[in-house]
Amino acid sequence: MRFAVPVFPGSNCDRDLLHAVEDVLQESVTPVWHHETDLANFDAILLPGGFSYGDYLRSGALARYSPVMESVTKAAGQGKLVIGICNGFQILQEAGLLPGALIRNQHLQFRCEMTTLRVEEANTPFTNQYQVGQEIDIPIAHGEGNFYCDQATLAELEANHQIIFRYASHNPNGSIADIAGICNKERNVLGMMPHPERAIADWMGSADGAVLFHSMLKHWKENGHAA
Amino acid sequence: MYKATIFVTLKESVLDPQGEAVKGSLHTLGYQSVTAVRIGKQIEIMLNVTDRAQAEAEVQAISEKLLANTVVENFRYELEEVTA
Repeated sequence: MRFAVPVFPGSNCDRDLLHAVEDVLQESVTPVWHHETDLANFDAILLPGGFSYGDYLRSGALARYSPVMESVTKAAGQGKLVIGICNGFQILQEAGLLPGALIRNQHLQFRCEMTTLRVEEANTPFTNQYQVGQEIDIPIAHGEGNFYCDQATLAELEANHQIIFRYASHNPNGSIADIAGICNKERNVLGMMPHPERAIADWMGSADGAVLFHSMLKHWKENGHAA
Repeated sequence: MYKATIFVTLKESVLDPQGEAVKGSLHTLGYQSVTAVRIGKQIEIMLNVTDRAQAEAEVQAISEKLLANTVVENFRYELEEVTA
Protein backbone atom coordinates (compact mmCIF):
# COMPACT_ATOMS: atom_id res chain seq x y z
CA MET A 1 0.00 0.00 0.00
CA ARG A 2 1.40 3.39 -0.94
CA PHE A 3 0.71 6.42 1.26
CA ALA A 4 1.35 10.05 0.35
CA VAL A 5 1.77 12.86 2.87
CA PRO A 6 1.39 16.26 1.16
CA VAL A 7 3.56 18.88 2.85
CA PHE A 8 2.53 22.54 2.77
CA PRO A 9 4.70 25.47 3.83
CA GLY A 10 4.09 25.52 7.58
CA SER A 11 3.03 21.87 7.96
CA ASN A 12 4.92 20.48 10.96
CA CYS A 13 3.29 17.13 11.76
CA ASP A 14 4.32 15.46 8.52
CA ARG A 15 7.32 13.63 9.92
CA ASP A 16 5.28 12.15 12.77
CA LEU A 17 2.88 10.82 10.12
CA LEU A 18 5.72 9.35 8.05
CA HIS A 19 7.09 7.60 11.15
CA ALA A 20 3.65 6.33 12.14
CA VAL A 21 3.03 4.61 8.81
CA GLU A 22 6.56 3.18 8.70
CA ASP A 23 6.63 2.02 12.33
CA VAL A 24 3.07 0.69 12.56
CA LEU A 25 2.50 -0.74 9.08
CA GLN A 26 5.96 -1.00 7.46
CA GLU A 27 4.29 0.19 4.26
CA SER A 28 5.52 2.74 1.75
CA VAL A 29 4.93 6.39 2.71
CA THR A 30 6.24 9.39 0.77
CA PRO A 31 6.28 13.09 1.62
CA VAL A 32 5.00 15.13 -1.34
CA TRP A 33 5.67 18.87 -1.69
CA HIS A 34 2.49 20.88 -2.19
CA HIS A 35 3.44 21.82 -5.75
CA GLU A 36 3.09 18.20 -6.86
CA THR A 37 0.18 17.71 -9.24
CA ASP A 38 0.11 13.94 -9.73
CA LEU A 39 -0.88 11.58 -6.91
CA ALA A 40 -2.10 8.78 -9.20
CA ASN A 41 0.49 6.32 -7.87
CA PHE A 42 -0.74 6.51 -4.28
CA ASP A 43 -3.51 4.53 -2.58
CA ALA A 44 -4.04 6.79 0.40
CA ILE A 45 -3.36 10.44 1.16
CA LEU A 46 -2.71 11.76 4.65
CA LEU A 47 -2.95 15.53 5.14
CA PRO A 48 -0.78 16.42 8.15
CA GLY A 49 -1.25 18.85 10.99
CA GLY A 50 0.63 22.09 11.51
CA PHE A 51 0.22 25.71 10.51
CA SER A 52 0.10 25.72 6.72
CA TYR A 53 0.63 29.25 5.41
CA GLY A 54 0.89 30.38 9.01
CA ASP A 55 -2.89 29.98 9.41
CA TYR A 56 -3.11 33.28 7.51
CA LEU A 57 -6.67 34.46 6.69
CA ARG A 58 -8.10 31.21 8.18
CA SER A 59 -6.49 27.89 9.01
CA GLY A 60 -6.28 25.87 5.81
CA ALA A 61 -7.81 28.62 3.65
CA LEU A 62 -4.70 29.15 1.56
CA ALA A 63 -3.47 25.53 1.54
CA ARG A 64 -6.83 24.64 0.03
CA TYR A 65 -5.66 26.24 -3.22
CA SER A 66 -2.17 24.67 -3.30
CA PRO A 67 -1.57 22.78 -6.57
CA VAL A 68 -1.55 19.38 -4.82
CA MET A 69 -5.15 19.80 -3.62
CA GLU A 70 -6.53 19.24 -7.11
CA SER A 71 -5.03 15.75 -7.04
CA VAL A 72 -6.28 15.17 -3.52
CA THR A 73 -9.82 16.10 -4.59
CA LYS A 74 -9.51 13.80 -7.60
CA ALA A 75 -8.26 10.92 -5.45
CA ALA A 76 -11.12 11.41 -3.01
CA GLY A 77 -13.54 11.29 -5.93
CA GLN A 78 -11.96 8.03 -7.07
CA GLY A 79 -12.67 6.45 -3.70
CA LYS A 80 -9.09 6.46 -2.46
CA LEU A 81 -8.60 6.86 1.28
CA VAL A 82 -7.95 10.42 2.45
CA ILE A 83 -7.36 11.55 6.06
CA GLY A 84 -6.99 15.11 7.27
CA ILE A 85 -5.51 15.42 10.76
CA CYS A 86 -5.89 18.74 12.61
CA ASN A 87 -4.75 21.36 10.03
CA GLY A 88 -5.40 18.61 7.46
CA PHE A 89 -9.03 18.45 8.64
CA GLN A 90 -9.25 22.23 8.28
CA ILE A 91 -7.89 22.02 4.73
CA LEU A 92 -10.39 19.29 3.78
CA GLN A 93 -13.27 21.46 5.02
CA GLU A 94 -12.01 24.54 3.22
CA ALA A 95 -11.78 22.38 0.08
CA GLY A 96 -15.37 21.26 0.51
CA LEU A 97 -14.41 17.58 0.85
CA LEU A 98 -15.91 17.50 4.34
CA PRO A 99 -18.83 19.54 5.72
CA GLY A 100 -18.76 22.13 8.48
CA ALA A 101 -16.02 24.46 9.64
CA LEU A 102 -13.43 24.46 12.43
CA ILE A 103 -13.43 27.68 14.41
CA ARG A 104 -11.59 29.11 17.40
CA ASN A 105 -11.76 27.04 20.58
CA GLN A 106 -14.62 28.30 22.69
CA HIS A 107 -12.41 29.15 25.68
CA LEU A 108 -9.79 30.75 23.38
CA GLN A 109 -7.04 28.49 24.77
CA PHE A 110 -4.63 26.41 22.69
CA ARG A 111 -5.06 22.97 24.23
CA CYS A 112 -2.16 20.54 24.04
CA GLU A 113 -3.24 17.47 26.02
CA MET A 114 -4.34 13.85 25.89
CA THR A 115 -8.06 13.38 25.20
CA THR A 116 -10.37 10.42 25.46
CA LEU A 117 -12.43 9.78 22.34
CA ARG A 118 -15.34 7.44 21.84
CA VAL A 119 -15.38 5.51 18.57
CA GLU A 120 -18.90 6.06 17.28
CA GLU A 121 -18.71 3.99 14.08
CA ALA A 122 -16.64 0.94 13.20
CA ASN A 123 -17.89 0.60 9.64
CA THR A 124 -15.33 2.87 8.02
CA PRO A 125 -11.97 2.12 6.37
CA PHE A 126 -10.37 3.94 9.30
CA THR A 127 -12.10 2.34 12.30
CA ASN A 128 -12.88 -1.24 11.29
CA GLN A 129 -10.43 -2.57 13.89
CA TYR A 130 -12.01 -0.65 16.76
CA GLN A 131 -15.19 -1.58 18.63
CA VAL A 132 -18.20 0.73 18.55
CA GLY A 133 -18.26 2.54 21.87
CA GLN A 134 -14.59 1.87 22.51
CA GLU A 135 -12.82 4.67 24.34
CA ILE A 136 -9.36 5.54 23.10
CA ASP A 137 -6.70 8.03 24.21
CA ILE A 138 -5.43 10.34 21.44
CA PRO A 139 -3.60 13.65 22.01
CA ILE A 140 -4.71 17.01 20.68
CA ALA A 141 -2.80 20.22 20.04
CA HIS A 142 -4.95 22.97 18.61
CA GLY A 143 -6.42 26.42 19.11
CA GLU A 144 -9.06 26.19 16.37
CA GLY A 145 -10.63 22.76 16.58
CA ASN A 146 -14.17 23.78 17.48
CA PHE A 147 -16.27 21.87 14.94
CA TYR A 148 -19.27 23.88 13.78
CA CYS A 149 -22.08 23.17 11.34
CA ASP A 150 -25.70 24.27 11.11
CA GLN A 151 -28.52 22.13 12.50
CA ALA A 152 -29.50 20.74 9.10
CA THR A 153 -25.94 19.52 8.48
CA LEU A 154 -25.73 18.05 11.96
CA ALA A 155 -28.95 16.10 11.41
CA GLU A 156 -27.56 14.78 8.14
CA LEU A 157 -24.25 13.74 9.76
CA GLU A 158 -26.13 11.86 12.46
CA ALA A 159 -28.56 10.22 10.05
CA ASN A 160 -25.74 9.06 7.75
CA HIS A 161 -23.54 7.85 10.62
CA GLN A 162 -20.79 10.26 9.56
CA ILE A 163 -19.74 11.19 13.11
CA ILE A 164 -16.81 8.84 13.71
CA PHE A 165 -15.22 10.16 16.92
CA ARG A 166 -16.65 12.20 19.78
CA TYR A 167 -14.89 13.58 22.84
CA ALA A 168 -15.87 11.10 25.54
CA SER A 169 -15.46 12.66 28.94
CA HIS A 170 -14.41 16.25 28.34
CA ASN A 171 -14.88 18.43 25.25
CA PRO A 172 -11.64 20.39 24.89
CA ASN A 173 -12.83 22.99 22.37
CA GLY A 174 -16.61 23.45 22.53
CA SER A 175 -17.34 21.55 19.32
CA ILE A 176 -20.99 20.97 18.50
CA ALA A 177 -22.25 17.55 19.65
CA ASP A 178 -18.74 16.84 21.02
CA ILE A 179 -17.60 16.02 17.50
CA ALA A 180 -13.89 15.18 17.18
CA GLY A 181 -13.88 13.52 13.75
CA ILE A 182 -16.24 12.97 10.82
CA CYS A 183 -16.23 11.24 7.45
CA ASN A 184 -17.88 12.09 4.15
CA LYS A 185 -21.02 10.34 2.90
CA GLU A 186 -18.93 7.89 0.85
CA ARG A 187 -16.87 7.08 3.98
CA ASN A 188 -13.51 7.31 2.23
CA VAL A 189 -12.53 10.75 3.56
CA LEU A 190 -11.94 11.22 7.31
CA GLY A 191 -11.19 14.42 9.17
CA MET A 192 -10.21 14.48 12.84
CA MET A 193 -8.71 17.04 15.17
CA PRO A 194 -6.78 14.62 17.46
CA HIS A 195 -3.45 13.17 16.30
CA PRO A 196 -3.52 9.36 15.95
CA GLU A 197 0.07 9.45 14.65
CA ARG A 198 1.13 10.63 18.14
CA ALA A 199 -0.51 7.64 19.86
CA ILE A 200 1.24 4.68 18.30
CA ALA A 201 3.47 3.50 21.16
CA ASP A 202 3.11 3.21 24.93
CA TRP A 203 5.98 5.62 25.50
CA MET A 204 3.87 8.26 23.73
CA GLY A 205 1.22 7.85 26.42
CA SER A 206 -1.07 5.74 24.27
CA ALA A 207 -0.84 3.25 21.41
CA ASP A 208 -4.57 3.57 20.56
CA GLY A 209 -3.87 5.47 17.34
CA ALA A 210 -2.01 2.54 15.76
CA VAL A 211 -5.33 0.73 15.27
CA LEU A 212 -6.50 3.44 12.86
CA PHE A 213 -3.57 2.77 10.53
CA HIS A 214 -4.09 -1.00 10.80
CA SER A 215 -7.73 -0.44 9.83
CA MET A 216 -6.71 1.40 6.67
CA LEU A 217 -4.35 -1.38 5.61
CA LYS A 218 -6.96 -4.05 6.34
CA HIS A 219 -9.54 -2.16 4.28
CA TRP A 220 -7.14 -1.71 1.37
CA LYS A 221 -6.13 -5.39 1.36
CA GLU A 222 -9.73 -6.59 1.51
CA ASN A 223 -10.96 -4.27 -1.19
CA GLY A 224 -8.37 -4.64 -3.90
CA HIS A 225 -7.36 -1.34 -5.39
CA ALA A 226 -9.63 1.72 -5.38
CA ALA A 227 -11.12 2.64 -8.77
CA MET B 1 -8.21 51.24 -10.89
CA TYR B 2 -10.69 50.16 -8.23
CA LYS B 3 -10.28 49.82 -4.50
CA ALA B 4 -12.45 47.16 -2.90
CA THR B 5 -13.01 47.08 0.85
CA ILE B 6 -14.47 43.77 1.98
CA PHE B 7 -15.96 43.24 5.44
CA VAL B 8 -16.04 39.63 6.61
CA THR B 9 -18.18 38.87 9.66
CA LEU B 10 -19.24 35.78 11.53
CA LYS B 11 -22.79 34.65 10.89
CA GLU B 12 -25.22 35.65 13.62
CA SER B 13 -25.76 32.06 14.70
CA VAL B 14 -22.05 31.41 15.30
CA LEU B 15 -20.61 32.00 18.76
CA ASP B 16 -17.76 34.54 18.78
CA PRO B 17 -15.49 33.72 21.73
CA GLN B 18 -13.05 36.50 20.84
CA GLY B 19 -15.91 39.00 20.94
CA GLU B 20 -17.01 37.59 24.30
CA ALA B 21 -13.48 37.97 25.66
CA VAL B 22 -13.31 41.60 24.50
CA LYS B 23 -16.72 42.26 26.03
CA GLY B 24 -15.45 40.93 29.33
CA SER B 25 -12.45 43.24 29.18
CA LEU B 26 -14.63 46.23 28.36
CA HIS B 27 -16.74 45.47 31.42
CA THR B 28 -13.59 45.28 33.50
CA LEU B 29 -12.64 48.67 32.08
CA GLY B 30 -15.94 50.02 33.37
CA TYR B 31 -18.07 50.09 30.21
CA GLN B 32 -21.05 48.24 31.68
CA SER B 33 -23.28 49.55 28.91
CA VAL B 34 -21.63 47.21 26.36
CA THR B 35 -24.02 44.33 25.73
CA ALA B 36 -22.36 42.59 22.79
CA VAL B 37 -19.09 42.53 20.86
CA ARG B 38 -18.47 40.72 17.58
CA ILE B 39 -15.18 40.82 15.70
CA GLY B 40 -14.74 40.66 11.93
CA LYS B 41 -12.14 41.43 9.28
CA GLN B 42 -11.61 44.28 6.87
CA ILE B 43 -9.68 43.46 3.70
CA GLU B 44 -8.57 46.01 1.10
CA ILE B 45 -7.87 44.96 -2.46
CA MET B 46 -6.63 47.13 -5.33
CA LEU B 47 -7.86 45.93 -8.72
CA ASN B 48 -6.22 47.07 -11.92
CA VAL B 49 -9.41 47.07 -14.04
CA THR B 50 -11.24 49.89 -15.81
CA ASP B 51 -14.77 48.41 -15.93
CA ARG B 52 -16.81 48.63 -12.73
CA ALA B 53 -18.93 45.59 -13.56
CA GLN B 54 -15.80 43.51 -14.00
CA ALA B 55 -14.41 44.79 -10.70
CA GLU B 56 -17.64 43.84 -8.92
CA ALA B 57 -17.68 40.38 -10.46
CA GLU B 58 -14.08 39.77 -9.42
CA VAL B 59 -14.59 41.00 -5.86
CA GLN B 60 -17.70 38.84 -5.50
CA ALA B 61 -15.84 35.75 -6.71
CA ILE B 62 -12.73 36.50 -4.64
CA SER B 63 -14.84 36.95 -1.53
CA GLU B 64 -16.82 33.75 -2.04
CA LYS B 65 -13.83 31.58 -2.97
CA LEU B 66 -11.25 32.77 -0.51
CA LEU B 67 -11.86 35.76 1.71
CA ALA B 68 -14.92 34.37 3.51
CA ASN B 69 -15.67 30.85 4.67
CA THR B 70 -19.33 30.85 3.72
CA VAL B 71 -20.07 28.06 6.19
CA VAL B 72 -19.57 30.44 9.11
CA GLU B 73 -19.03 33.91 7.60
CA ASN B 74 -20.90 36.60 5.66
CA PHE B 75 -19.31 39.34 3.62
CA ARG B 76 -20.19 42.66 2.07
CA TYR B 77 -18.02 45.05 0.09
CA GLU B 78 -17.63 48.63 -1.04
CA LEU B 79 -16.07 49.54 -4.36
CA GLU B 80 -14.63 52.91 -5.33
CA GLU B 81 -12.76 54.02 -8.36
CA VAL B 82 -9.38 55.50 -7.52
CA THR B 83 -6.75 57.23 -9.58
CA ALA B 84 -3.66 55.00 -9.77
